[in-house]
Amino acid sequence: AEMAAARLSGTENRLVSLPLSRIRVIMKSSPEVSSINQDALFLTAKATELFVQYLATYSYKHGRGKEKNALTYTDLSHTAEECETFQFLADILPKKILASKYLKMLEKEKRDGEVREDDDEGEKEEDEDKA
Amino acid sequence: MAERPEDLNLPNAVITRIIKEALPDGVNISKEARSAISRAASVFVLYATSCANNFAMKGKRKTLNAGDVLSAMEEMEFQRFVAPLKESLEVYRREQKGKKEARKDKDKKADSEEQDKSREEDNDDDDERMEEEEQNEEEEVDN
Repeated sequence: AEMAAARLSGTENRLVSLPLSRIRVIMKSSPEVSSINQDALFLTAKATELFVQYLATYSYKHGRGKEKNALTYTDLSHTAEECETFQFLADILPKKILASKYLKMLEKEKRDGEVREDDDEGEKEEDEDKA
Repeated sequence: MAERPEDLNLPNAVITRIIKEALPDGVNISKEARSAISRAASVFVLYATSCANNFAMKGKRKTLNAGDVLSAMEEMEFQRFVAPLKESLEVYRREQKGKKEARKDKDKKADSEEQDKSREEDNDDDDERMEEEEQNEEEEVDN
């Protein structure tokens, strides 16, 4: 039984490392939750640990980051976007873009708009599908 | 009780340790990545809780139980967690039972010098203190 516990915990032979009290606070912040059975609290804490392990290892394995010996934010946001299981994280792990690139994108859109307007001078149709 | 923003976060040191133990030796984790994983973990708790609560409501119960959390994992497409969670739960329940036995024995020893009547009253206090754990046992029967 002790060996099973050690195999399962993975962190200093403790069954769960995340503090149950903190997990409870987060769970109770949901307004529709009335009470939480002790077993449910333990399972949620343990599941969260498994989740952290899974997210970290998956992102490291599938990350397109240039560094092979590092886990970066880009690896994580890539996972949130590409992997269906982690899509619920897409909003909190948005892809990052360099400010300079973004500004260039805006300028290009503006320029494309101006060019199109010149072309349209002789036409009556309007292109509404500018993405 | 109003939650301060930091209360909805999980302790950095523990998160970092879990990540480090999951990844191969020598892999660095950027501060940004660690912070992102921590936020993701909090969101996971909220999502799991909401999902588990739906199952509890379906069962017309106001208390989330172990079965609700396991059902939530399947619903969220984390079926891979179910088997290890069940194993851990068994160990946890045995640990809790052991603690309860130990507490009962300890209190019996403390009571040994008192009369029978007062010993009964103390046992009632014990029952109140262990209310949560007894609730567990009732929930186990429901499961």
